[in-house]
Amino acid sequence: MTTKKTLNMITQRAIEEGIAMEIGKTSREYFDACNIIEMNAQDMKELGIMKNTNVHVKSESGEVIVKAVVGRQTCYPGLCHIRQGVWANQVVPPRTQSTGAPQYSGFPVTVEPAPDEKLKSALELVQGAVGLWKGEQHA
Amino acid sequence: MPKIIENVGCPYCGCSCDDVRVTVSDDGKEILEVENVCAIGTEIFKHGCSKDRIKLPRMRQPDGSMKDISYEEAIDWTARHLLKAKKPLMYGFGSTNCEGQAAAARAMEIAGGMLDNCATICHGPSFLAIFDNGYPTCTLGEVKNRADVIVYWGSNPAHAHPRHMSRYSIFPRGFFTGKGQKKRTVIVIDPRYTDTANVADYHLQIKQGHDYELFNAFRMVIHGYGNDLPDEIAGIKKETILEVAEIMKNARFGTTFFGMGLTHSDGRNHNIDIAISLTRDLNKVAKWTIMAMRGHYNIAGPGVVWSWTFGFPYCLDLTKKDHAHMNPGETSSVDMAMRDEVDMFINIGTDAGAHFPIPAVKQLKKHPWVTIDPSINMASEIADLHIPVCICGVDVGGIVYRMDNVPIQFRKVIEPPEGVMDDETLLNKVADRMEELIAKGEA
Repeated sequence: MTTKKTLNMITQRAIEEGIAMEIGKTSREYFDACNIIEMNAQDMKELGIMKNTNVHVKSESGEVIVKAVVGRQTCYPGLCHIRQGVWANQVVPPRTQSTGAPQYSGFPVTVEPAPDEKLKSALELVQGAVGLWKGEQHA
Repeated sequence: MPKIIENVGCPYCGCSCDDVRVTVSDDGKEILEVENVCAIGTEIFKHGCSKDRIKLPRMRQPDGSMKDISYEEAIDWTARHLLKAKKPLMYGFGSTNCEGQAAAARAMEIAGGMLDNCATICHGPSFLAIFDNGYPTCTLGEVKNRADVIVYWGSNPAHAHPRHMSRYSIFPRGFFTGKGQKKRTVIVIDPRYTDTANVADYHLQIKQGHDYELFNAFRMVIHGYGNDLPDEIAGIKKETILEVAEIMKNARFGTTFFGMGLTHSDGRNHNIDIAISLTRDLNKVAKWTIMAMRGHYNIAGPGVVWSWTFGFPYCLDLTKKDHAHMNPGETSSVDMAMRDEVDMFINIGTDAGAHFPIPAVKQLKKHPWVTIDPSINMASEIADLHIPVCICGVDVGGIVYRMDNVPIQFRKVIEPPEGVMDDETLLNKVADRMEELIAKGEA
């Protein structure tokens, strides 16, 4: 059993994320829809985690805690997907190959189990990144 | 008595469905029911008549809280900061009508700033490929009425364009496609087994980021060199490639719909470039077209409006005042943010706070940040000034361009909350105020 794995990450739209986004990005629905990482069952087994275990995802440009699931739209071993939105964008590299479009698809991340870490809300992540987070009263 | 409004446009994805049926209350203030609309569109209409709509601009205070101010104050603050900034950037327009986009062009020309739209992080690479290699496309009506082979490459309409398959591509019965889905072959090329792949006849589970090789393989087959292919390319077996290429060659009318899977992966515009080349090759033996799966209901709009205004669809540099200039990589929003080149940011009709990589958000937040949006979102919650506006297609009408560049007149179905301005009015007032300040010598 390994404790850390390097996977190839992509981030795209999911209908659950689209609906939740229109309900509101500070809503519970958005939180539930977007803070998950979908990966192959084999990769989860190798990491020694069960579904819904929190994991620490780290890329060249950032890190985030998300919840690991297999998901209905399955990935092959070595590929993982975080739905587009606040959690994914904590780790998406801003490099654009001189086109303006960031590297949303296909960048290496390391994933390791973090069952004791807490998931952060969208507001905490974004306001926290720019020094505006004042605790839960804003949530 | 409740009023039923037929053929209303939906302000969500690039499908820009214009067959929505909306039932509104007697006083025209509340939406009671929406029909012919996907789950996401339903939420937009529901939000339109929500009691929680923001009705006044909000200015961030030194303690971090937000305080209501008048529209006049918000317009004056924005105009003064635009004039003060050396290189302000206005970005967004995914959810704005063409009238608003034209007013934005006017405002940023006066301010001498940068003007960019969501294409910069979505189909911008597609624009670059289209400039280089042409765009043998068609309308969605032609797809519905003629297409017998549909390819979705790097796109997942089941999630991102929920009515695309039922309204235009796979399921509808058209003039020459009377049997609908039964007579259509659907090919999905995606590294994930998506819900779209689930309804396809062929799912080619490509190795992520290796699209260029697979396009090349298809081109080899079309050019008659299929036997020279190695046993496997980009994770796809040679036999499968030959079988699918045969279907493509025998299409009566084929369409390739491509999405973010190509524009966000390594290669960017080159992936689209070769997709267009494959379409050209296929046109020697069959009839093929190609179309970008544009994300928002009017994200094709700024490309059209600014092309006729300035000659370029996105990444516009208007700082020279007397001529426009475009050079993605240099004048694109995320690249400028990462080099900390812009000294004011206006986020309109999108949410850069949630959808830009966080390092870019941090850079932009070093400077004054204005968010123009009907909703509370990440961009509004970190903004120095949040100005609420009407929702196009719900409480203001306007022209929108569908993903196939067909213009559609959207209508308003309910009255906006009292006092709330639409994008066009607001941006024209900002432009007027800048002209006043320049005339008074206060700029």
